[in-house]
Amino acid sequence: MRNALLLTMLSATLLLVGCSKQNAVKEPPATTAEGAGATTPGLETSGTGEAKTVGDEAAREQANLSQRIIYFDFDNADIRPEFHDIVAAHARRLANNRSLKIRLEGHADERGSREYNIGLGERRAQSVRRALMLLGVGEGQITTVSYGEERPAVQGSDEVAWAKNRRVEIVYGN
Amino acid sequence: MGLMGAMAAVIVVGAFMHSAPARAELTVEITEGVSDPIPIAIVPFGWSGVDGAPMDVADVVSSDLQRSGRFRPMARNDMVDLPTRASDVVPDDWRLLRNDFVVVGELQPQAQGQYVIRFALVNVLNGQKLLEYEQPAGGGTLRAAAHRVSDRIFEKLTGIPGAFSTRIAYVAVAGRAPALRYQLVVADADGMNPRVVAQSSEPIMSPAWSPDGQSLAYVSFENRVAAVFVQVLRTGERSRVSARAGINGAPAWSPDGRRLALTLSHKDGNLDVYVLTLGDQALTRVTDDDAIDTEPAWSPDGRSLYFTSDRSGAPQIYRAGLGTGERAQRITFEGTYNARPRVSPDGAQLAMVTLDSGAYRIAVMNLKNRATRVLTQGSLDESPSFAPNGAVLIYGTQDKGRGVLATVSVDGSVHQRIAAEQGDIREPIWSPWPAS
Repeated sequence: MRNALLLTMLSATLLLVGCSKQNAVKEPPATTAEGAGATTPGLETSGTGEAKTVGDEAAREQANLSQRIIYFDFDNADIRPEFHDIVAAHARRLANNRSLKIRLEGHADERGSREYNIGLGERRAQSVRRALMLLGVGEGQITTVSYGEERPAVQGSDEVAWAKNRRVEIVYGN
Repeated sequence: MGLMGAMAAVIVVGAFMHSAPARAELTVEITEGVSDPIPIAIVPFGWSGVDGAPMDVADVVSSDLQRSGRFRPMARNDMVDLPTRASDVVPDDWRLLRNDFVVVGELQPQAQGQYVIRFALVNVLNGQKLLEYEQPAGGGTLRAAAHRVSDRIFEKLTGIPGAFSTRIAYVAVAGRAPALRYQLVVADADGMNPRVVAQSSEPIMSPAWSPDGQSLAYVSFENRVAAVFVQVLRTGERSRVSARAGINGAPAWSPDGRRLALTLSHKDGNLDVYVLTLGDQALTRVTDDDAIDTEPAWSPDGRSLYFTSDRSGAPQIYRAGLGTGERAQRITFEGTYNARPRVSPDGAQLAMVTLDSGAYRIAVMNLKNRATRVLTQGSLDESPSFAPNGAVLIYGTQDKGRGVLATVSVDGSVHQRIAAEQGDIREPIWSPWPAS
């Protein structure tokens, strides 16, 4: 449990410093979470070049924001590195708009006992909640719910289905 | 379960829950019995009234005894003689047909729609009458009376009280993910007469039967969050007993019916076990740690709670003495996953879900010597519940990708499967003994 928290904090810190891992195209590191409009030291700019970078960054932000599901490893509540940017994008959106609220719905795969799986789903939702709050989201903006294994996204009793069911869904609105 | 569109209604808090019959009954098949079932002949009962008999009592008794896996009832077609009184039984004839016991009887109408089931149990080997009884029945309860006949015969011949007059409750799910429909169903122990007592488009889980058999506690997500409800079966009246922030789950009735053990997370976002006194709503905290602590189960003396905790890194079963202030003791040490404890009615055994060679199965531990035995062979077995006679467990399992129920005797020798016509059924619980 403590290790998970530490890992989440480290990852969050890394995000703030600015390590963009999502894109295949190698990009110079962006600065803070301010999004479009930030200038990047060391980047050669000309008129069109800068606009293109800002556009790309906005597109990337939108792409991340459109991702509402975070998946987890078996029996685990750590947020995998590939989801850090998505979490950060949602954090930015929420931190910049305090009237926005979300529900984090935690889930587990079907293996094992049901009420324990409620606990696993809740642990995952709490993990995402903590990461968001470390990135500036207000406590009052987040509600967590766990469905355990009761609302699978995918039917099936194989690794593929299980992997798709171990998730936290970010639901905007109340 | 043959759901109709009308059954997809969403529950509103406080709305009256009416009880409706489900369209299709459950099918029960024996998948394995004892290696030497007792051969017994249950002769069709006589009927001393006009018109046809309202019930084939011998058929109900025969089905009950066969379903137990411990008896092999004689086929009706093979019977030559059809006595209805013990004095008319010729033991040699029945012994020649390879029976050890014969049951004979008569259904007699009484005044005002009442009946009496008169029956006798005869030992074919020595001609001795082992049982003679008159079982009263009201018109609407003939089937229940027939089950009582089965109970008496079963107990006489095995020494174990029969559980044929009991009921089960379970959760039925239909539809396809992510749009599932959930129902809470009560049925006879033989799967007959299923009645829907609650339904929702949001999950229902963790049903628990009150010790007096009158109510069910359960978890419902009907307001998009988990809350614990208690519903009186006869009237359908419900009260919401816990809707605290966060998790409300795993209700378990104390043996005296006055308290509910629960899982809550409202204090710190962490799952812990609490005890709620229903009368004055007093809440007592039982566990307080960073782990997931859940799935409480009472010892029969009401002084301890068994529960699941992953405080050691993975789920194991612990026992906490209530009001002692002592640390909870770990109970399970074999294997990497032991959860969902349930105590047998005599307090001597603990059923659980265990990870056994990569498969989730039901195991039973002898609480005195800690010897543990895995009873089932599935890969996703769950939710064990003891019958009130402690001799059989009902649990959830999978059959060709569908959720079905199954029973297994505590020595692992008798297996049955119970399936609905459509959809999944899961989380079975066995009722307590019926009120006489």
